[in-house]
Amino acid sequence: MSVVVRTIARMLVPVGLVFGAYVIMHGHLTPGGGFQGGAVAASALALILVSFSAKELKPVKGLLSALESTGGVAFVVFAFLGIGFTFFANAIAGMGGLFGQPVDYGPNPGYLNTSGTLPLMNWAVGLKVLAGLGSVVLLFALFGEGEDDR
Amino acid sequence: MTRWLRLAAFLVVAGALLLVAGQIRRFGEPRLAEMDLYFNRYSQDEVAANNAVTAIVFDYRGYDTLGEATVLFAAVVGVALILRKVKK
Repeated sequence: MSVVVRTIARMLVPVGLVFGAYVIMHGHLTPGGGFQGGAVAASALALILVSFSAKELKPVKGLLSALESTGGVAFVVFAFLGIGFTFFANAIAGMGGLFGQPVDYGPNPGYLNTSGTLPLMNWAVGLKVLAGLGSVVLLFALFGEGEDDR
Repeated sequence: MTRWLRLAAFLVVAGALLLVAGQIRRFGEPRLAEMDLYFNRYSQDEVAANNAVTAIVFDYRGYDTLGEATVLFAAVVGVALILRKVKK
């Protein structure tokens, strides 16, 4: 792509990644969550692919693959935390400790340290979606550029 | 012949939709609202999440999200399978 596109992409890729991380991190407080934030971050990866070339992201292909599996396994592990009650029961919500601050009914400013397993699951799903969509667009880009060693 | 069949199918579907359109309740007045009201009232007490949608997606309907993640995983596996390097 032209130098204009590459310059703008250099500025926008960190913004996209940070905004994706913000959407994932505040998934239990504001609109959005793991899927949406992961898709935003994956669009930053797609921006790298279309403005530079697929060779730039080829070294992280193994990392994306590992991240996808890690996210999926972590999601199920956090679901198993509530197995004493039922599968997917929120075991650490309102119990104190990490993400365990209770919330009263009604409006509040929104505290990050709440919701139990929800932020952890948001991170797991967000990393999974980021890695999944990122590796899909990376595979398509590598295929389109005729890279032989995929 | 097929023209009349198409016209008949169109009329049947359009008539059914128009028939049902008269019975739609007004926006904001659903017929069965118990579950919505329950989520609105108790998602903060039970899940301690301000975002009721995330509380539903990741807590009350966790299995749905698990299936969604599985669908995404299957899509990635399919793409990787189709675009793999073929050994001659």
